[in-house]
Amino acid sequence: MTLDPVVLFFLLGLAAALARSDLKLPPALYETLSVFLLIAIGLKGGVALAKLGSATVLWQALLVIGLSALLALVAFGVLRLRLARPDAAATAAHYGSVSVVTFAVASSYLTRQGISYEPQLTVFLAVMEMPALIVGVVLARLGAQGQVAWGRLAHEVLLGKSMVLLLGGLLIGYLAGPEGMKSLSPLYVDLFKPVLSLFLLEMGLVTAGKLAGLRAQGVFVALFALLTPPVFAVVGALTGQGMGLSTGGVMLLATLCASSSYIAAPAAMRIAVPEANPAVSLAASLGVTFPFNLLVGIPLYAWLARTLTA
Amino acid sequence: MTFHSKKLLTIVTESVLEGQLVEDIRRLGAHGYTVCDARGGGTHGVQGGAWSFDANIRIDVVCDEAVAGAIAERCRSRYLPHYGMIVYVSEVGVLRPEKF
Repeated sequence: MTLDPVVLFFLLGLAAALARSDLKLPPALYETLSVFLLIAIGLKGGVALAKLGSATVLWQALLVIGLSALLALVAFGVLRLRLARPDAAATAAHYGSVSVVTFAVASSYLTRQGISYEPQLTVFLAVMEMPALIVGVVLARLGAQGQVAWGRLAHEVLLGKSMVLLLGGLLIGYLAGPEGMKSLSPLYVDLFKPVLSLFLLEMGLVTAGKLAGLRAQGVFVALFALLTPPVFAVVGALTGQGMGLSTGGVMLLATLCASSSYIAAPAAMRIAVPEANPAVSLAASLGVTFPFNLLVGIPLYAWLARTLTA
Repeated sequence: MTFHSKKLLTIVTESVLEGQLVEDIRRLGAHGYTVCDARGGGTHGVQGGAWSFDANIRIDVVCDEAVAGAIAERCRSRYLPHYGMIVYVSEVGVLRPEKF
């Protein structure tokens, strides 16, 4: 099967940066694109939620919140074998949390294959960002002195850009419904993939930078970043199957568990766990896990979901 | 033209610290500050400026010596051990000393 063209944009960015091209997107554009993606994902989920009851969504959301906290604990246990406590805790927070862009590429993959998925997956995306960050901070603090500015951290995460736009988009989509969305869909639905392609071009450029820093982190971190996604994906897929999700839903929950954060987590960990070296978690999360999920993981998780739900 | 002598305290650091630093600067008695996005390189590698983890800021504060000292001390004790940060102070002349 041919690669999704949006993934080719990622490879273009990666290749350009590795070849030391002067290609660089202006920071304001990256900001704009990320705002667009978050709103578009939120709206899509909100419109679909409008057609659905909310009682089952609530307990499922609680379940995936617990799941992402659990994944962070497991990641910490493994990382602690080799890393110092702050580095292990901060990196574990990245892996328990989720990546919006990986989710976007996975949903675009499903759309291309003509596979539908449950709207609450967008709600899962929103609620799975935060729990692992809290677990990470607690784990880092258990062994260290110094207090945590919980208020600042909560503000950073709950009122951070991604949370406000994702939940805001969900709410607007929910209130607008399919009829109200008609006027917005030329921008947010039809242009989703072209915008995603530009964003992935930027991701390729940034990933190349973190790939270069990977060598300094050693084999353990690289192996962790490579092996964690498929293992966590299996946990996510089994959970999704247990919830009775469809093939598309199981695949996306597997992808959410496999993905690691590199936008919300780095900023939150930098503030709450300053003694952790951000180069470790970024080299793993952005240098290895993100490209792995994009190129190998997503098709793999789709296969896994099809097998489990067959 | 008469210039009045003041201190210009400059902090170059990671952009994630902006909120906390601005709070500190206000609390320690400065009357104003200026923040710019910054790029550069040093012992913490190259900060390209595009992403939150990759972006620097430069904060300029014109103030009197006591305030500059208090802010610098806060930076030394709270941020310098763990964050990429440089702090320096220079002499400047201002037209309206009551503003600072």
